[in-house]
Amino acid sequence: MMGQAALAESRLRLPLALELERDVSDIEYMNDYLAENEQTELLKFLTCGSVDDGKSTLIGRLLYDSNKVYEDHLNALIRDSRRLGHGSDELEFALLADGLKAEQEQGITIDVAYRYFATSTRKYIIADCPGHSQYTKNMATGASNCELAVILIDAQNGVLDQTRRHSLIVDLLGISQVVVAINKMDLVGYDEETYERIRTEYLEFSRSLGFTQTSFVPVAAKFGENVVHSSTNMDWYAGETIIELLERAPVSADADLEQFCMTVQRVHHPSEDFRGYSGMITKGVICPGDPVVVLPSGHETRVERVVTMDGDLEAGFAPQSVTLTVSDQLSISRGDTLVSPSYTPSVSDAFQANVVWMANRALAANKSYLFKMGARQVTGQVAEFIHRLDVNTQARESCDQLDANEIGLVRIQLQRPVVFEDYADDKTMGSFIVIDRISNETVGAGMICNHQDTDSSAI
Amino acid sequence: MSAAYKLTHLEQLEAESIYIMREVVAERENPVMMYSIGKDSSVLLHLAKKAFYPGKLPFPLLHVDTTWKFKDMIAFRDRLAEKRDFDLIVYTNEEGREDDVNPFDYDADTYTQIMKTDALKAALDKYEFDAAFGGARRDEEKSRAKERVFSLRDKFHQWDPSNQRPELWRIYNSNIRKDEEIRVFPLSNWTELDIWQYIYKEGIEIVPLYFAKERPVVKRRGTWIMVDDDRMRLEPDEKPEIRTVRFRTLGCYPLSGAIESSASTLPEIIHEMLVADTSERQGRLIDHDTAASMETKKQEGYF
Repeated sequence: MMGQAALAESRLRLPLALELERDVSDIEYMNDYLAENEQTELLKFLTCGSVDDGKSTLIGRLLYDSNKVYEDHLNALIRDSRRLGHGSDELEFALLADGLKAEQEQGITIDVAYRYFATSTRKYIIADCPGHSQYTKNMATGASNCELAVILIDAQNGVLDQTRRHSLIVDLLGISQVVVAINKMDLVGYDEETYERIRTEYLEFSRSLGFTQTSFVPVAAKFGENVVHSSTNMDWYAGETIIELLERAPVSADADLEQFCMTVQRVHHPSEDFRGYSGMITKGVICPGDPVVVLPSGHETRVERVVTMDGDLEAGFAPQSVTLTVSDQLSISRGDTLVSPSYTPSVSDAFQANVVWMANRALAANKSYLFKMGARQVTGQVAEFIHRLDVNTQARESCDQLDANEIGLVRIQLQRPVVFEDYADDKTMGSFIVIDRISNETVGAGMICNHQDTDSSAI
Repeated sequence: MSAAYKLTHLEQLEAESIYIMREVVAERENPVMMYSIGKDSSVLLHLAKKAFYPGKLPFPLLHVDTTWKFKDMIAFRDRLAEKRDFDLIVYTNEEGREDDVNPFDYDADTYTQIMKTDALKAALDKYEFDAAFGGARRDEEKSRAKERVFSLRDKFHQWDPSNQRPELWRIYNSNIRKDEEIRVFPLSNWTELDIWQYIYKEGIEIVPLYFAKERPVVKRRGTWIMVDDDRMRLEPDEKPEIRTVRFRTLGCYPLSGAIESSASTLPEIIHEMLVADTSERQGRLIDHDTAASMETKKQEGYF
């Protein structure tokens, strides 16, 4: 067992920290460093696991070993470890990740928390998602903006219902890269067979999911083994550490440059001589002179300028926030979508979608809700419940409502047509939230799967 | 070809922040930007200018003036406001001023409550703002890690951490009842390093107090407090001395600790930050009480 002193010594800096002995007056070096660090990419990933899988410990370890924990936080950690850490003299890394007072007292994480750390090549945002069964909504929330998921499994327990549930939600939210961290290897004697058995079992069950990349790492998060530093207790494992996998995971797959898409957030008309359409480009590239179609109206026009405060752009591309001016005086308003003529998303007032329900009051048929998609809020209702998904077994059951933390496939009828795509093809154009018209609460989240055969085996 | 069409992490953070600001202006009737004059506020203001270029800012800036800010901060604020590319509202708790509520006779919590938190709430009520931008970042403090980008406050401006709206994708829910408000944090995903790098990359002007310079200071509770004007009350054994110091965070001068530093340029500050072993908020005396202090303050309506 490592004490505090040994842990502190084992703390290494990732390459982000400057070569400390460099003279800071070497401005050229600093400028090079800053120029280089400006070029780093962003990777957003989520961590999910059951209450006792050691997820917070893993995150604490990533922050600590990548030197993201400052001295005064470390002092607080040592103090809190003594207070809350069940009497031992070891650092409770979980305390670095556990935020709110109530959570520390209960010893569980109850809401999505965001953490930040960096290496010399990447900036990372971690969505730390609670694992308890009633918090499906938090997992969906955390997963919605992520490109990769780290799923924790306790080596002592193997693949549990919760593992299946987390994996299913990760898949449903369209994440295709998964790192499975088989944790607490120290408690199973660093046994290779245990690791292999869990790995095989996971691969077997996840075959039906849409993951394109599944990696496995045997980990002892408490001691930082195979998190940032390789373990000396598991020589049989020749693969990469968690951080190495994160460093080389592909970020944002190359988009289709031909098909431009931008939903208008705001008509920008600050003076008589300027009228532009502000929004974030969500797909493709746009250049002055390019033809665009306004949806849902179908009117055609040409882009004149791609305006930013840093000057007009020769080409705007996803995911930049820009303001476009067009050559014709058309009626274009917030919520309209500008697309290349070759790109033809669906325009309809009805579609099918998987809905994650998040409110205590059940989702009922024929009750009006607000559906917010992109920059549009439209009144609508559930016209039909197709099935409910058992997140533990992936079985489909018939249903006539959805309770909190349930997921179901429904048919939605809106009062006005909207522009959309299947979530599997375009997360931005295929997602929506459901808002209660009286309480204003966000009560559900949906992923459109309109072209899916309801009997197919995929969700 | 496609490599040319990739954004760096800073460009991506910028695009997301601009998107957030535009959403608020499109959906809320009467937004305001809480402006603290600090470096995060400077970045927020810069992003707002980008979001609404070529127009003027479609919302005013609100500065809650406790009357104890550094002179340099007020001068900086007034110089920016002279350019008239935004409207500035300065609000002070006049009752507190009349009662001479100051950081010497009152403990930091009480003083902050009256001159900052109460003043902010009163200003939001007075002008009936229904959305308020703030420069808070999630990496600043543990309890902020769970803050939403759009954070609902009830009619008493209070935050309920156990009842936050789920926030998915980039779809923000700004629907509120009358009397409620939304606090919006466009810098949620920025880290302190991101802020400094962005200031450097974009050439954003910041208050000179961030740069090291010889200043009159006294040592108090392990940190350097600047003697910014003759209202500073010295203890019998205290004598101001001249030290080369700078500030990592700015607030009311009697409560803002300086660090000894020779960093007088942005690259030097960034270098110092990367090798520093003290996190940013340690210089602020108000946060020193308990680990959960910020959570408590936020529930009461502090930023």
